[in-house]
Amino acid sequence: MNEQDQERIGRLLKNSLPPIGAQVGAELRSDLWPAVLRRIDDDARPTAVPWFDWALLAAVAAWFVFFPGAIPVLLYHL
Amino acid sequence: MPVLEQSSDVLRQFCHGDLDAFEALFRQHQGEVYGWIVRIVRDQAAAEDLTVETFWRIHRAHARFDPERSFGAWARRIATNAALDHLKTTRRETNLPDDLASPPLPDPGISAELRRKTASAFRRLPPKLQVAATLALLEEQPYKEIAESLGISMGAVKFRVFRALRPLRKELKRQGVES
Repeated sequence: MNEQDQERIGRLLKNSLPPIGAQVGAELRSDLWPAVLRRIDDDARPTAVPWFDWALLAAVAAWFVFFPGAIPVLLYHL
Repeated sequence: MPVLEQSSDVLRQFCHGDLDAFEALFRQHQGEVYGWIVRIVRDQAAAEDLTVETFWRIHRAHARFDPERSFGAWARRIATNAALDHLKTTRRETNLPDDLASPPLPDPGISAELRRKTASAFRRLPPKLQVAATLALLEEQPYKEIAESLGISMGAVKFRVFRALRPLRKELKRQGVES
């Protein structure tokens, strides 16, 4: 592909997808600072463990208490 | 106090996790970051969400920022990565909108059908190539800025643009547009 081809396809692209940056500019429609703060707060909050995970943990713990022989079997398979 | 000195103080405070310094930097750079992202994703609503995502990433990485370097260039690089991630996840699901504004003066020699086919072929390009071609060919951003924002050399940007044009030409040929 030579330079002429590149220029031709570039021109075609510009006609098909006009530049947006110059038209939209850097003007925001709303203040995004509250959204940034919310995002930071969400990140800082410890994630809640779903109830199902707690139930699973309890079931495994109970299984080990009632059938301690299962522990080496499980370790063998890990 | 000179502006530059004040600005470097703000950068140092930001590095130590000061939220007020972060807000000052956000107010100063949000427009620039948004403008850069909207050029890449061509969607105002998505660009706003990605601006929030970018500043959240910036806040998370505050300790890694070197106050001797340009905050704007660093922010642009993070914004480009966020926009690239967005393009990777959305390109298969939806078509990118290009109808923020109609072409100011479309070339009368190019039919609407040809424009539609070209736009469609462009959207099927891999995101990395699409971003380089969008910034270089459509938005006419300086190669140096594009290279900095993508974290690659200027030569690599030119190569990506070349690689973007090649399948585009092939695709247009397949559709009977190019000879």
